[in-house]
Amino acid sequence: MSAQAIYVLWLRDMKWFLRAKARIISTIVMPFLWLTIIGMGLGAMIQMPGGMSFVDYLAPGIVGMSILFSATMSGISVLWDKQFGFMKEILVAPVSRMSIMLGKAFGGATTSIIQGLLLLFAAGLIGAKMPGKTGFLLALLFMVILALGSVSLGLAIASRIEDPVAFPVAMNFLIMPLFFLSGAIFRIDTAPGWLQTLAYINPVTYGVDGLRGAILGGSEFQLFPLWLDLTILAIFSLAMILLGAYLFKKMKA
Amino acid sequence: MSHAIETRNLTQKFGDLVAVNHVNLRIEKGELFGLLGPNGAGKTTFIHMLCTILPPTEGTAKVAGFDIRRNQDSVRAAIGIVFQDPSLDNRLTGRENLDFHGRVYGMDKIQREKRIDEVLKLVGLKERANALVETYSSGMKRRLEIARGLMHRPKIMFLDEPTLGLDPQTRRNIWEHIQMLNKREKITILLTTHYMDEADYLCDRVGIIDHGRIIALDKPEKLKDELEGDIVSLEVPQPKKYAEVFRGVKYVKEVKVVGDQLHLTVTGGEKTIPKLMEIVRRRGNKVRSVGLRSPTLEDVFISYTGRGIREEEGGVKEQMRLRMRAHMR
Repeated sequence: MSAQAIYVLWLRDMKWFLRAKARIISTIVMPFLWLTIIGMGLGAMIQMPGGMSFVDYLAPGIVGMSILFSATMSGISVLWDKQFGFMKEILVAPVSRMSIMLGKAFGGATTSIIQGLLLLFAAGLIGAKMPGKTGFLLALLFMVILALGSVSLGLAIASRIEDPVAFPVAMNFLIMPLFFLSGAIFRIDTAPGWLQTLAYINPVTYGVDGLRGAILGGSEFQLFPLWLDLTILAIFSLAMILLGAYLFKKMKA
Repeated sequence: MSHAIETRNLTQKFGDLVAVNHVNLRIEKGELFGLLGPNGAGKTTFIHMLCTILPPTEGTAKVAGFDIRRNQDSVRAAIGIVFQDPSLDNRLTGRENLDFHGRVYGMDKIQREKRIDEVLKLVGLKERANALVETYSSGMKRRLEIARGLMHRPKIMFLDEPTLGLDPQTRRNIWEHIQMLNKREKITILLTTHYMDEADYLCDRVGIIDHGRIIALDKPEKLKDELEGDIVSLEVPQPKKYAEVFRGVKYVKEVKVVGDQLHLTVTGGEKTIPKLMEIVRRRGNKVRSVGLRSPTLEDVFISYTGRGIREEEGGVKEQMRLRMRAHMR
C-alpha cells in the first residue's frame, strides 16, 4: 500500500469539494429542512419526557442521516472517473487497488464528516441540545466510523455500476430504508415488533444510537451502551471496507 | 534484456471473438513502432494487455524486461501511456493533473516540481499550466496527456491513436512532439493508428494488424517497395467486368476493385496509362477519371487484406463514439 497514493486521492476529493461550493450547500439543505420543518412541526404535537424537545431527539439522527447520505453518494465520483476516463489513469498506476479504494474512502468520508459537523452546528443554532467536550469527541468518533462504512458501501456498489444516472436511483432504494429504520426519527423500542426486528439488523441504527448517546450524554432513549454501539458499527464499517476493496480489485477501467 | 517489448503468443479472447490472436512481436529499444490497422483490429486490446490493465487469455509479453503477468508494478513504473479516449481530470488544473501523476508514481516534492516544469516546457503548455483543464483545446489536452505520460521518466511510451479526432494542424504539432520524444528523449514508442500517413511519416517500422493478427511487418518504405510499381486508378463503368479484362493484360501485375474504381499495379505508370485507356476505349466505354501515384501504406493494406482500411469505418456506433469524443474533449 502506498500512503502517498491514498493521500493524493484524498487531496483530489478535497480540491473538488472546495471548488464546488454549490454542492456543499445543496447537500446540507435537505437534512436541514428535516431538522427545522419536521423537527419543529412534528415536535409541536409530540410530548417528550424529561423536559426534552423533539428537536433534541431528532438532531443526532439527522446528523447521522446527512453522513449516511453524503458518504454513500460520494461513490458516484467513481462513476464520473470511469465516464471521463480518469479511472484508467488511476488503475494503470503502480499502486495497489487497496490504496485507491482507501484514498477514495477517506476523501468521501472527510467531506461527509464536514457536512455532519456543519449540521450539528446548525442544530445548535436552532436550539437543539449540544454535547460537552467529551461528548463531542465521542460523537466525532461515531461520525468517522459511520462515514467510513457508508462511503465504502457506496464505493462497493459504484464499482459494479457503469451508468452515473443509475447510481443515485439504486442508492436511494438502499439508503432510504436504512435511514427510516435507524431510529433517527422515532423511538425503536416502542415501535411494532416487526419494525423493531428490521431496525435491529440495520447497522445504521447503532450509528444513530451511538451519536445520540454521545450528543445527549445518556438519556432514556439510549438503546444500547455506547461500547456495544461502537463495536457493532465498527464491525459493519470494517466489513464494508473489505467488501469495497475486494470489488475494487475486480473493477475494470 | 535486448528488446523493449517482446510478446509470445499474446492472445485475448472476448467470448467467441479473438481480438488479439497469438501475436509474436519484438520491438527494439529506441524504436518508433507503429501498429496500423482498421478499427476493431485489436490495437487497443493489444496495448491494454501490454500495460497490464487487461490480463491476456493466453501467452505473455515482456515489457522493459518485466513479465506483464508476474511483474505488473514494475511494468507500470517503466511505461507511460496516452490512452485513446481522454483520461484527464477536467476539474483540476494542468499542473495539478501532473502533480497527481507524480505522486501516484511515488515521486517526492522536489522531483515533481522539477519534472513538471520540464514536461510542461517540452509540450509547450507552461503558460496555461494553472488553468483548469476544462478550458483547454483538444490539442492542448492531448499534449498534457503526453506530458503526463512522461512525468515519471518512462523508458517506453504507449500512444493509442494519439491524433484521433484532431484537426490537421494539431496533428502535425503532435507528430513533432512524438518525434522529439523518440529522437531527443530516447524513448521507445509504440503507437497505434488507423491513419496511413501517420504511420508512414512517423514510424521506423510498421506492423499491419487485421483481425487480431499481424499480417505484415517492416519499414514503411520496404512495405511499399514490395508492391513494385505504381498504382493507376481508373474510374470506369462496370469496374468488375474491366477487372477481368485487365487481369488478362500481362503488364498489369495486380488488379483490385475499390468502390467504383480499379486500382492497377503497373511499372512505369506514365507510359502505361495511354495503353490502358485505349483498351477501355476499344470496348466502347469511356474512362471517367484516371489517377497515378506511388503506392501508399493503404495500398499495402489492400494488397494484404483485399479491402481498404476505411471501408470498416463509418458504422453508426463508431460515428456516435467519435461524436461523444468531440463532445468530451
